[in-house]
Amino acid sequence: MTINEIQDELIEDFTFYSDWMEKYEHIIQLGKELPLIDEQYKQDQFLIKGCQSKVWLYPTLKDGKVYFTADSDAVITKGLVSLMVKVLSGHTPQEIVASDLYFIDQIGLKEHLSPTRANGLLSMVKQMKLYALTLQATG
Amino acid sequence: MNLAGLEDFDILRVRADFPLLSREVNSRPLVYLDNGATTQKPQQVIDAITHYYRDMNSNVHRGVHYLSQISTDAFEVTRRKVQAFIHAGHDHEVIITKGTTDSINLVAQCYGKVFVHAGDEIIISAMEHHSNIVPWQMLCEDRGAVLKVIPMDEQGELDIAQYRSLLSPKTKMVAVTYVSNALGTINPVKEIIRLAHQNNTPVLIDAAQAVQHLKIDVQDLDVDFLVFSGHKMYGPTGVGVLYGKEQWLNAIPPYQGGGDMIKDVTFEKTTYNDLPFKFEAGTPNIEAGICLAAAIDYIEAIGLDRIKAYEDELLEYATQRLTEIEGLKMIGTAKSKSSVLSFVIEGVHPYDIGVILDKLGIAVRTGHHCAQPVMDQFGIPGTVRASLAMYNTKEEIDRLTEGIKRAVGMLV
Repeated sequence: MTINEIQDELIEDFTFYSDWMEKYEHIIQLGKELPLIDEQYKQDQFLIKGCQSKVWLYPTLKDGKVYFTADSDAVITKGLVSLMVKVLSGHTPQEIVASDLYFIDQIGLKEHLSPTRANGLLSMVKQMKLYALTLQATG
Repeated sequence: MNLAGLEDFDILRVRADFPLLSREVNSRPLVYLDNGATTQKPQQVIDAITHYYRDMNSNVHRGVHYLSQISTDAFEVTRRKVQAFIHAGHDHEVIITKGTTDSINLVAQCYGKVFVHAGDEIIISAMEHHSNIVPWQMLCEDRGAVLKVIPMDEQGELDIAQYRSLLSPKTKMVAVTYVSNALGTINPVKEIIRLAHQNNTPVLIDAAQAVQHLKIDVQDLDVDFLVFSGHKMYGPTGVGVLYGKEQWLNAIPPYQGGGDMIKDVTFEKTTYNDLPFKFEAGTPNIEAGICLAAAIDYIEAIGLDRIKAYEDELLEYATQRLTEIEGLKMIGTAKSKSSVLSFVIEGVHPYDIGVILDKLGIAVRTGHHCAQPVMDQFGIPGTVRASLAMYNTKEEIDRLTEGIKRAVGMLV
């Protein structure tokens, strides 16, 4: 599936959840599906800056595609990380760099992407693209 | 406790004075419990701001014209109201600043320039806000002085015996908070000041979390410098106070150079203005300076005795309600506390609780509260902090309690 096909699928998934509570319960659930970062990479080097909760993110390049593993000490943040990884993992660096992540807005989580938000989701998106850009250059 | 005072504390009337409290957040009535960060403003303060811009806006201390005179007069009314509010001996001992941080930086830099030298020591406490740590750290780095820290125990109470042993002829300043923003501890500042004075050391008290809750008498405390902000005491943002004893304010050099703080300027030499203007360079935040008076009037009309009695009862109720939540650990359990409930819940990140509470229309703060050393001592990344004001109610505490339970149910 392309990045946009995955986004569209997530948007449709989220239409099932009418109230905020169900939506957040679903996000927390998604956090449990996050491919976890290897403990050895849980270092400051892989920590995303600007988060009140901690987020570790580690990229690998396999067959020309980028795969992310991650973790967070807060479960809502972990769920949001999981969503981002679902959308961007398994795509080429070029696709990731060029992606337009419209799904966040459409599933009503735009507030979490605000630069003033303490969860650092925006920093995470930037970091994912930056990793892709670096891997694009080295790969 | 002043029970008679409590009976005529009309909480509904108080709440009605604060327009923002009646709004909804996320389709629920707002429960505002982030008063330690900033308080909401009563209509009286909002009206004063409108009145200022509609009827008197003009620069202060300069003009001969009518508007400049009335705005200057109003600005000076604030100074005298602050003087009375904290019972200062003279109105020129009240310096109008941008806020607590500005006031502390002023003292650290100006006092430090004359009185702090290589090898000297500054004493602060383990529960200071970053704004009462970093200015002293900067001073120490600049002068080659050493920062000493009064330790605290598991309850969040300062170790006064340790403090005594830290005091020495090298100690050039003691800077301690009156009430901890992260823990709510009310420190024994009178005793801290007395001990410092026995050692011939002046004391700065950070009263940013105290003036809105406790009656302060700077002469009774015999404090040398006392600082606070307008926005945490129902007043405007961008204004604060530095109280300093006359002899200290005369003994230290000016902070910033500019207009208003001078008597005569030539390219060879400038002579500085008298107190308080010596420390008030440039155009101040006139609106906020003038309207701080309305906030003081508001507090005085209700009375700090009644406010304290009401808030103490609310704090006791909230402490009791919150501690019934399974796995909840209160951070800061000092015997003498004011209006702060800082806590962690086993297995739950404070940020997650904050997000869910926000969805329920409840505003709390999560994180380290600009007091990272406090969090380090307790071995936690941060807490959830509910901080109370005179307009909060037991019903709101109930909603907070239910909200936390609901959040924990979702998160664990």
